[in-house]
Amino acid sequence: MKHTISVLLQNKPGVLSRVTGLFSGRGFNIESLCVAETLDPGTSCLTVVSRGDDAIIEQIMKQLHKLIDVIKVTDITEQEYVEREMVLIRVKAESHTRAEVLRVIDIFRGKVVDVSAKSYAIELTGSASKIKAVIDILRPIGIKEIVRTGIIAMPRASKNK
Amino acid sequence: MGKITGSQAIVRCLEEEGVKTIFGYPGGAVLDLFDTIDQSDFVNVLVRHEQGAVHAADGLARVTGEVGVAILTSGPGATNGVTGIATAYMDSIPLVVLTGQVPRPLIGNDAFQEVDIVGITRPCTKHNYLVSELDDLVPVIREAFHIARSGRPGPVLVDLPKDIVASMLTYPEKKPIDMVSYQPTYQPHSRQIEKACRLIMKAKKPVLYVGGGVILSDANKELTELAKKLDIPVTMTLMGLGAFPGSHELSMGMLGMHGTYTANMAVSECDLLISVGARFDDRVTGKLDDFATKAKIIHIDIDPTSISKNVKVDIPIVADCKIALTAMNSWFDAESNFNLKEEAARHAPWFKLIREWTEKHPLSYEEAGDIIKPQYVIEQFDRLTGGNAIITTEVGQNQMWAAQFYKFNEPRHFVTSGGLGTMGFGLPAAIGAQMAFPDQTVIDIAGDGSIQMNIQELATAKQYNCPVKIAILNNSYLGMVRQWQELFYDRRYASTTMDVVPDFVDLAKAFGAVGLRAKTKDEVIPVIKEALATDNVVVMDFKIEKEEGVYPMVPAGKATTEMLLV
Ligand SMILES: Cc1ncc(C[n+]2csc(CCOP(=O)(O)OP(=O)(O)O)c2C)c(N)n1
Ligand SMILES: [Mg+2]
Repeated sequence: MKHTISVLLQNKPGVLSRVTGLFSGRGFNIESLCVAETLDPGTSCLTVVSRGDDAIIEQIMKQLHKLIDVIKVTDITEQEYVEREMVLIRVKAESHTRAEVLRVIDIFRGKVVDVSAKSYAIELTGSASKIKAVIDILRPIGIKEIVRTGIIAMPRASKNK
Repeated sequence: MGKITGSQAIVRCLEEEGVKTIFGYPGGAVLDLFDTIDQSDFVNVLVRHEQGAVHAADGLARVTGEVGVAILTSGPGATNGVTGIATAYMDSIPLVVLTGQVPRPLIGNDAFQEVDIVGITRPCTKHNYLVSELDDLVPVIREAFHIARSGRPGPVLVDLPKDIVASMLTYPEKKPIDMVSYQPTYQPHSRQIEKACRLIMKAKKPVLYVGGGVILSDANKELTELAKKLDIPVTMTLMGLGAFPGSHELSMGMLGMHGTYTANMAVSECDLLISVGARFDDRVTGKLDDFATKAKIIHIDIDPTSISKNVKVDIPIVADCKIALTAMNSWFDAESNFNLKEEAARHAPWFKLIREWTEKHPLSYEEAGDIIKPQYVIEQFDRLTGGNAIITTEVGQNQMWAAQFYKFNEPRHFVTSGGLGTMGFGLPAAIGAQMAFPDQTVIDIAGDGSIQMNIQELATAKQYNCPVKIAILNNSYLGMVRQWQELFYDRRYASTTMDVVPDFVDLAKAFGAVGLRAKTKDEVIPVIKEALATDNVVVMDFKIEKEEGVYPMVPAGKATTEMLLV
């Protein structure tokens, strides 16, 4: 099963390599990983997407927590949450497909951020499934380049908050 | 307050932390530090190889429970220490290793003797630091000690750029350490304790499976109390030996690959396995699917990652072993329904079975006339030291025979590299132990192969008047590997014969130590007696049966009941 795990870290040098080293050293899988400062410059938030059965995910959570610089580990997948990823896609857009591409982008609420005679660069944000849907549609038209941020996620506020 | 140098601040920190002995090796990057240390009150042990420094600090830590300290120079000094650090990490031994680093402006420039030791040791330390600001120096060292000794202990490395060590600073006052991101759990959940105790009261065939965690948390008394109070047989891992008296009738000895027949059968047949401070290592469990299949499992460990890592447990208890065992003992003391007589009556058939196993297959070996059997040598050491010596070991058959045939009655008397299995550990570790307890008998049970890995430390032992006794069980083979080749590779002894081996008696003499040799069985006792009576480093060369094997043996990947016996 796919799990999205959110890790609050001390913002210290080398802390990211402690996390990635843990995953590679113990043979855990990383599908994506994002990290940036939180409001408090002393801490960072890292979102990692991994796959594994319950026992593996439990080990990942515990092992992450064991790292001295890790403050908090949450398996976001266990609760209601929102996840987003941003992609930049350079897609072929020649005279006969330009309109088609724009239509697709519009449907998915993407934005054109760069234009050339033969291509559009598109910015698009959404859940993993939305990003996949867009890619599936644009692929036959011709994707020339793609850059993804990886997933970030946040639990939904509980009803009584 | 006046300013002091970085190196003076480090020395002051070490004093505050209660350090008395330091093991180290100098070099350009730690010149200042050693210059300051030389003017301090520490006993500063100059080893002959940095691996020896870390193992010696480790040996001291294992026998005292204090944090061991090693100081190494940058580059090759630091990399030479890595095996020592990994050894301590695998066995959860508290160490602080200080390494010199090139001055900050040179870091990252491939400077002379620069190595990213923080990067290299990240996976084999509990935590590590590169001190990058002068203001961090003292707080980092304090934190390093705190992390090394608290929770599940382990080695912490602090990398010290030379310019920081040479700078002037105002020594900050000591404050209690409070780290938001590091809060080990010591107190057990009372509900879990109660559940565990109720389960124990129902068990007909319980077993206590005890690991190094009990020794690390100094919980041997509490464990012994529980075992006796509830009449539960005890088996120990290699790291757990000494946590419960080996000569007590409740002791079944070691379990696992070279464990006793009784211990392995008992774990396989028990209906309740109470694991305390052990981690279900593959050398203990054998084939996981067949491990303790009939048992409910209680697991007490301070490290949550150890719980349900290899074997799914029924009652996890994350806690310090000593605190958890104390809580269990008090629970039983308060429980009116509990009665030892009933407990013993309920376990009687179980003990009958256990006795039968032991009678059928006790730990044993075949006598061979004049030829020296290694097991016999260990038995004689046990007898002639009253089971009270500190025994360190190298790795291989020598280590297993020591574990099987020396009856450890007290914790912190068996010093061995369990998790990493580091050949070359025993001699420097013995030096560390002897530095801590100058009046104790400290014996390194060695193999002819392993002893050559850190033999240079004989000079260290001499220089610091550590009268350690080294007993080489000399089979002229890398015996443990040879045993696997005998069993699983049609006796093809690839790379396990050393055609050239030093004359260990002459070698001892060259170091100013005493060399003794026993070639026949009747020479064993006189050699041991002479060694024990000698106030000097002694190397004993026991020419043992060359192709003796360690048995029982569970072949790797097999169930622990599938033992090869003598
Ligand atoms: C540093 C290191 N290298 C290799 C090994 C693999 N190994 C395990 S036991 C052993 C043989 C040890 O030979 P010896 O010291 O003579 O002990 P014996 O088994 O003969 O008692 C070897 C090579 C190891 N454990 N450690
Ligand atoms: Mg040998």
